[in-house]
Amino acid sequence: MNATPGGADPALWLPEPWRIERVRRELSDTFTLELQPTAGGAPLRFLPGQFNMLYAFGLGEVPISISGDPEADGPLVHTIRAVGPVTEAMRRLVPGDVLGVRGPFGSCWPVSGAEAEGCDLVIVAGGVGLAPLRPAILHVLRHRQRFGQVCIFYGARTPADILYRHELRRWRGQFDLLVDVTVDRATQDWAGRVGVVPRLVEGGGYDPQHTLALVCGPEIMMRHTARALLARGVRRERIHVSMERNMKCAVGLCGHCQFGPHFVCRDGPVFRFDVIEALMTVDGL
Amino acid sequence: MQRLSLAGLAVLLHVLWADRREIIGPRLRDGAITLGILHRLEDLPVGWSDTAQEAAQYRVVPRADSARFGHVTGPLSWKRWLFLPEEVLFRAVRDDQDGGFTLSATPTAPLRAFLGVRGCDLAAIAIQDRIFAHDPAYCARREATLIIAINCLEPGGTCFCASMETGPQARGAFDLRLTEWLDAGTPSYLVESGSAAGRKLLARLPIEACTPEDQARVEQALAQAATRMGRQLDTGGLAERLAARPGHRHWQQVAARCLSCANCTLVCPTCFCSTIEDRTDLSGTTAERVRRWDSCFDLEHSYIVGGNVRADPAARYRQWLLHKLAYWHTQFGTSGCTGCGRCITWCPVGIDLTVEAAAVAGSEA
Ligand SMILES: Cc1cc2nc3c(=O)[nH]c(=O)nc-3n(C[C@H](O)[C@H](O)[C@H](O)COP(=O)(O)OP(=O)(O)OC[C@H]3O[C@@H](n4cnc5c(N)ncnc54)[C@H](O)[C@@H]3O)c2cc1C
Ligand code: SF4
Ligand code: SF4
Ligand code: FES
Repeated sequence: MNATPGGADPALWLPEPWRIERVRRELSDTFTLELQPTAGGAPLRFLPGQFNMLYAFGLGEVPISISGDPEADGPLVHTIRAVGPVTEAMRRLVPGDVLGVRGPFGSCWPVSGAEAEGCDLVIVAGGVGLAPLRPAILHVLRHRQRFGQVCIFYGARTPADILYRHELRRWRGQFDLLVDVTVDRATQDWAGRVGVVPRLVEGGGYDPQHTLALVCGPEIMMRHTARALLARGVRRERIHVSMERNMKCAVGLCGHCQFGPHFVCRDGPVFRFDVIEALMTVDGL
Repeated sequence: MQRLSLAGLAVLLHVLWADRREIIGPRLRDGAITLGILHRLEDLPVGWSDTAQEAAQYRVVPRADSARFGHVTGPLSWKRWLFLPEEVLFRAVRDDQDGGFTLSATPTAPLRAFLGVRGCDLAAIAIQDRIFAHDPAYCARREATLIIAINCLEPGGTCFCASMETGPQARGAFDLRLTEWLDAGTPSYLVESGSAAGRKLLARLPIEACTPEDQARVEQALAQAATRMGRQLDTGGLAERLAARPGHRHWQQVAARCLSCANCTLVCPTCFCSTIEDRTDLSGTTAERVRRWDSCFDLEHSYIVGGNVRADPAARYRQWLLHKLAYWHTQFGTSGCTGCGRCITWCPVGIDLTVEAAAVAGSEA
């Protein structure tokens, strides 16, 4: 035969069945699933920031970040916001139901590499964007002594939209973490900050020269946050953002997640800001 | 290089059929040179040409000779036999006992031979080989396919393979390569093998020796063909210049003409976008996941919750052109365009990739 393509992967398209062990309601439209492999297989090894494709039988498959502890042998954890047919169907699932899982895919937050060692961490999340950052935060807490200052800046639309509320409160009580939460619109019972997340970044609490920043949220929020970080003197190659694009395959061959020359599913979702900064300023790329 | 008479070509087809290979090749159908299953030697388009192509213009006309391959590329490309327009990726059956499910995937990979693959299309297959390198169904079909390439001596009006360095000589992963040579209107075929399978095949054919003069004549004809391309594209620094100009005003000017009809992506032999459709039977116990060709011209292609990233038609045309001519280099180490000219010919409003790319690359804004 003439030249044959290398390495066919028979399992490329096949989700593995995982059983839901626990469902936790987080917000009115957001919930967390804890899953175990039905075949009694091994836990899924992943890096903070990576995602899985979750398949709802007969309905569709969607990219969802992994939100659990990367170093625990516990269940696979996904926090999902119900926004359309597939994620709505997932909201109706109960313990015992089965979901298909394909993954993990994509790049990760650079928290375990040498570049993070000894520096201050600024972790900035907006809305459900805290879900992909949770594994990075859990990793940092586990290895707290490896880092300098650690700041977690979180913004939600309203107080009712604050994700992982109890955990945030616990982290806030920890003397070696700076946790600051803001909302776009306050309600009567809210005594905290009002305003957009980039404001929190402007408030400081870290040494810009020695800071590694991890940012996840809506694209516009990430742009403004990056600008605020740059203004304080954080270097562009030390800022990391997580991009979102339509995804159908997660393995670099459906074309849907393209962002300039990058496949977000394969080269992302986590990108170094300096790599995609120019692309982020172009409308409709 | 050896020679095969017209009768020898018939033997080639019979040998392939004897090996239970389906032969896909050019056929005249509905006023166009299409590709389809060949059942007889006479199914080839004897004495027809479609080389007089122009932007939004395609016509098949009789030739003065009985050439079988005296045409160029029609609307179909070989990709529909490797990367299928629609394909079931898996079937799933729900398990009543425990609410789980069982999956099965059964890719089909019939033995096939592609007959008459031109340089541009051979390059396109090599490009898709890289994209689908891990796709089990694609790989299975690809490995079951024998490729018989053909050199082009008469390029068409929208061809620019010489610019893209993919033709007019067919180069790369072929099993056999033919050159159709006309003597007083009657064709014979100069043949070379490009693989072990090709050499084995050749050994079963009634080949005749060919002279160094024959060889020299082919080389000369190919060199001449390279100078007779209907289109050309200056590729020097093209990718960098295009990628640096996402804000060029020309994108809006093209968008004013573009219908977002997706014809260009459908006819393009390298375009690989696909979407997914999930279906269940009425009882909801069996489901299937289907992959279908998609196009970046479709508004839904870039949909994410909160809006379509490329809502503006100009953004979609820009995506198509930048992907082909710029981003593809980063992604796959090659251009995404082979210069086959199909997108120019089959664009209903005659948008010409070579012209649009030159317009953006040629000026700063
Ligand atoms: C890398 C990555 C990680 C993500 N992590 C999470 C997470 O942890 N939690 C969470 O709640 N959401 C996450 N999302 C967003 C989530 O994938 C979408 O909300 C989901 O696809 C919507 O599907 P749907 O069918 O319910 O809604 P619909 O709006 O009907 O979407 C229809 C289809 O469009 C595509 N699509 C729509 N929105 C998106 C989107 N934002 N991103 C990618 N494809 C989309 C999907 O193929 C989807 O099936 C993530 C997206 C990406 C790209
Ligand atoms: S582009 Fe080149 S190889 Fe393709 S049909 Fe035209 S002349 Fe032949
Ligand atoms: S972009 Fe046009 S000329 Fe280039 S390979 Fe695709 S169809 Fe052919
Ligand atoms: S999701 Fe298909 S290419 Fe990235």
